[in-house]
Amino acid sequence: MHSKDTNAKNITTQINEPLFHVTKRAQISWQKSWAIRIIAIASSLVICALIIVLITGLNPLTVYSAIFDGSFSSERKIWNLLRELSMLLCVSLAVTPAFKMKFWNIGAEGQGLVGALASAACMIYLGDKLPNSNLLLVMLLSSLAAGALWGFIPAYFKAKFNTNETLFTLMMNYIAIQLVAYFVLLWENPKGSSIVGIINSSTGAGYLPVIGGKQYLLPILIVALVTGVMYIYLRYTKQGYEISVVGESQNTAKYVGINVKKVIIRTMIISGALCGLAGFLFVSGIDYTINANLIGGLGFTAIMVSWLAKFNPVYMIMSSFLIVFLDRGASEIATDFRLNESIADALTGIILFFIIGSEFFIQYQLKFRKRGNNK
Amino acid sequence: MSEKRIALQLKNITKSFGDKYANKNVSLDVYHGEILSVLGENGSGKTSLMNVVAGIYTPDSGQIFIDGKEASINSPKDAFSFNVGMIHQHFKLVDVFNATENIVLGIDDEKGFDLKKARTRIIEIAGKYGFIIDPDKKIYDMSVSEKQTVEIIRVLYRGADILILDEPTAVLTPQETQVLFDVLRRMRDDGKAIIIITHKLHEVLSLSDRVAVLRKAEYVGTVITAQTNEKQLTEMMVGVKTELNIHRDEPVNPSSRLIVSDINCKNREGVTVLKNISFEAKSGEILGIAGIAGSGQRELLEAVAGLQKIESGDILYIDPKTQEKEDLRNKTPMQIRDMGVRLSFVPEDRLGMGLVGNMGIVDNMMLRSYKRGPLIFLSRKEPKYLADEIIERLHISTPDAETPVRRLSGGNVQKVLVGREIAAAPTVFMAAYPVRGLDIGASYTIYDLLNEQKQNGVAVIFVGEDLDVLIELCDRIMVLSGGTVSGIVNARQTTKEEIGLLMTKSKEDSKNAQ
Amino acid sequence: MIVTFLSRAVGQAIPLLFGSTGEIITEKSGNLNLGIPGIMYMGGCAGIMGAYIYEHSVAVPSPALCVLIPLLASIIGSGFLALIYSFLTITLRANQNVTGLAITTFGIGFSDFFGGSLVGMMDGDGQLSVMRSSGYFKKTLPFADKLGEVGELFFSYGFLAYVAIIIAIASAWFLRRTRAGLQLRAVGENPATADAAGINVAKYKYLATCIGGIIAGLGGLYFIMDYTGGSWTSGGFGDRGWLAIAIVIFATWKPNVGILGSLVFGGLYIAYYYTGDLGRRVGELFKMLPYIVTIIVLVITSMRSKKENQPPEHLGLPYFREER
Repeated sequence: MHSKDTNAKNITTQINEPLFHVTKRAQISWQKSWAIRIIAIASSLVICALIIVLITGLNPLTVYSAIFDGSFSSERKIWNLLRELSMLLCVSLAVTPAFKMKFWNIGAEGQGLVGALASAACMIYLGDKLPNSNLLLVMLLSSLAAGALWGFIPAYFKAKFNTNETLFTLMMNYIAIQLVAYFVLLWENPKGSSIVGIINSSTGAGYLPVIGGKQYLLPILIVALVTGVMYIYLRYTKQGYEISVVGESQNTAKYVGINVKKVIIRTMIISGALCGLAGFLFVSGIDYTINANLIGGLGFTAIMVSWLAKFNPVYMIMSSFLIVFLDRGASEIATDFRLNESIADALTGIILFFIIGSEFFIQYQLKFRKRGNNK
Repeated sequence: MSEKRIALQLKNITKSFGDKYANKNVSLDVYHGEILSVLGENGSGKTSLMNVVAGIYTPDSGQIFIDGKEASINSPKDAFSFNVGMIHQHFKLVDVFNATENIVLGIDDEKGFDLKKARTRIIEIAGKYGFIIDPDKKIYDMSVSEKQTVEIIRVLYRGADILILDEPTAVLTPQETQVLFDVLRRMRDDGKAIIIITHKLHEVLSLSDRVAVLRKAEYVGTVITAQTNEKQLTEMMVGVKTELNIHRDEPVNPSSRLIVSDINCKNREGVTVLKNISFEAKSGEILGIAGIAGSGQRELLEAVAGLQKIESGDILYIDPKTQEKEDLRNKTPMQIRDMGVRLSFVPEDRLGMGLVGNMGIVDNMMLRSYKRGPLIFLSRKEPKYLADEIIERLHISTPDAETPVRRLSGGNVQKVLVGREIAAAPTVFMAAYPVRGLDIGASYTIYDLLNEQKQNGVAVIFVGEDLDVLIELCDRIMVLSGGTVSGIVNARQTTKEEIGLLMTKSKEDSKNAQ
Repeated sequence: MIVTFLSRAVGQAIPLLFGSTGEIITEKSGNLNLGIPGIMYMGGCAGIMGAYIYEHSVAVPSPALCVLIPLLASIIGSGFLALIYSFLTITLRANQNVTGLAITTFGIGFSDFFGGSLVGMMDGDGQLSVMRSSGYFKKTLPFADKLGEVGELFFSYGFLAYVAIIIAIASAWFLRRTRAGLQLRAVGENPATADAAGINVAKYKYLATCIGGIIAGLGGLYFIMDYTGGSWTSGGFGDRGWLAIAIVIFATWKPNVGILGSLVFGGLYIAYYYTGDLGRRVGELFKMLPYIVTIIVLVITSMRSKKENQPPEHLGLPYFREER
């Protein structure tokens, strides 16, 4: 509640009497910009702790140590942290090339779901027809293709008719969700349960190999590989360079002869295919099942991860770690103190508000008027 | 004139941007029932001065008097309250609204909200001054002149007694111009004070009662139209020639490199912007292009570079080695490059088109060449080498080759762009306003680079705005006016007055005058 | 059966109508508020919390306060979230998509948390439920039962349903026929022009976003207090917030068309109950229809590029006067 009061005050001062004006910063040192971000995160943590203390009456330090415990108190928790981190990272990497091009792909959820659907379909229909390695390959390819298709459709209309991509990709999410809901009922097992259950639980067909007894290790390694590849793709390839130019200025792109429409469509196919990869990993390496909530809102969280990291894959490791860490910490508090675990989302929201707000102070500076000539 | 009341009086207005003056101690006055022309070249400070009156800019010093009382104008709203209205060159209208809705937009002091009543008043105003307007027509269905009518009526609707029009005829056909002038005369007879910013001499002479001339941010003087002529006005506008001492060699073995014949093209709004343009650019020579801003310079260069569609006509490129002719008409920049034509182009909008502001010098060096090499990977080695070389050779001051170019000063940004375009070893080099906003030192660096290209046998096309520079730097000067070529002169023999007259006169203008 | 179906469709349509009307007003100012789903959750949750706290703090709750307190709580809750969104995007110029999604994350998290824990925090038992207050929200006109099918079709809803329709019609009138409506549309279309005409762009954006958020929040309130009969289920509101955003496109940013859109979408949402033998599966495909229809509308409007049916031109972009 405290923040609301200060917000309201700032608004009135800005509207009524411009005591200061806002100018874009010419440049800011990285130390300063990180300092601003760290201050924002720290103050958001203070607010969050305050809220928890108000609700539970606990010592704030207990709260902070519980947050830490959420991720690191046992080996299992560390693995869960790594799994969640890598899946969030995977989807974030997927949306990044589109965002870099200033194409607002908020359809990662749907692109991931159709990818998962394709993998699940292969597992169900081909599970006893193909050897496991071939099956996995078919699953991977069909997931990539399904995700790519889901990305291609809005991109085509954007390139051709300039159809608003934010709204288009948003709608595509719900079509994917309903599609999955339909197939879940088609494949439901046992009958009448409305869930698919573990697919191929007896044969394990279409399951990613478990390395060293660690179920999540292979998906994590795959995402690590994708991170490296995406970093290289964006920074060191001709296509990545074209994405940057188109995103920065379509005029410049045309001036040097880049086919802007082609770049939009190609990039969204890549973005969608990578979301499809996330769907594949969920089905074949983590959950072994399919449901409409499989991606679990990662498509939306990924937007924030990618944006916070300024579309840099390496920073994205940090920003997705931050979000997963806070989320797990909040869940831990919820379990420890028998709170409803939705508190995690509420707290994440507060932290995001602060980080989003802090970007303003990185990009702009307030200059207080010396002369009162605007009264 | 003596019984007339002073409507607006400016005293010692000074406005600067950074360390550059837009206006320096400018004073002038306008009477009710009078049309005053403010005349001057591009960058002489006409528009800035009028923006001060309209509340867009706040002056550094000086006073504004309206009807004899000092007025403090800090916003367009303030200007309206003093009955001052300005019609900008770029219309400020909401596309999906109709004329009436646009006209009443932002008026809060009227009682009630009655579009029907507003509509009636608009028709009244239109009838009074002879405007032709459909109050229910949507802006997106309107021609440029209709939009302008909406803008003028909006100002009148708000009760303006002092109207400022910024280059109102720049976008109009001769017929539309005549209609506008009739309207303006009727408004004058109704007692309004009207200021029009222009650089077309015949319009000045036919329309206005007095002419105030600005030159390089300073006030030159005011003359009564009936007592002056084109020659005097041109002299006031361009001033005496200043010696710049720009180096110039004789062209060596000039031969045809680019032959443009009879090209026509339209902009996105469907307005014809180039009409039957023909010229030839020769190797080892600098061809200057002069003209008032917006006379078709940008479209012409973009048409050659493959960025602007041509309706008709040909652009032939003659290969310096094989002497083969190749048609560049409606090719994309990529196709032109693939044909082996080494065409370099420094566009007017440096950071919005020529460079990517958020990228460093190295990555900007790659813009033209990133496709080179068989791999899918970029090679930053050569661009890095090139960047370092350009930084050193052109004395670009930057922390390093990776700093985003938008953080560099205007002069350094331009050196990066020109440096890259020269590094491509062009056979044709086009530059639009390459010294705009640059200080003297940086400007001379650019002149030297252009001269160097010329000596290397490149056909250089230089679009400039400073006539002194054009005359001293170029070999020939082509003058554009209203999208047509109004003349091509030998730079060694011409005078500023000759070019100035060509700039403000086109074939059509002379037709109208008859 | 048709009448039952239609009256149920209306019940489904009302939250969507509140949401889409609120989002239309918001978007007309140029703000694409993807926080609407969270704001609607918040509107519902704050309302039921207010009702619960009131019902449990007095011995004999008064009928008027049973309605007024949830209403006020809902307005405060959704208005507060909309204010955060406005502050971040208008004053701090943050990216609208990112901010909106964060608002949705927060709104749903906050609501599910308090919806699930309020009872325990107040030392009560069982589910969060406010039967008494809900009864007042559900109260229909006394003569509705006597009118048979006509009564069921037109008069069988609580007062908020009529409020939704009135707000939608009033908004359409406001946008088309009033000075403030004209100026609001100008802000969303071309803020620079509006600014030059002397309109306070920030003020309009703040007001439109906050009022739009409050209207959308009433959709959540209706859902909880009327549709579900005053008991909270976690996630019960589902994806109705996103559906409301879809209706905005379907209605091509016209609140009166939004009434039709909400009815169509509401009907499609429950059509699967009536598919009979086709079963639950086909029902899921039916639920896909609203989104497909929305995409088709979106594509057709962009292809025909008829200016009136386009999104506000400056939708999703921040505005600030260029620094001189």
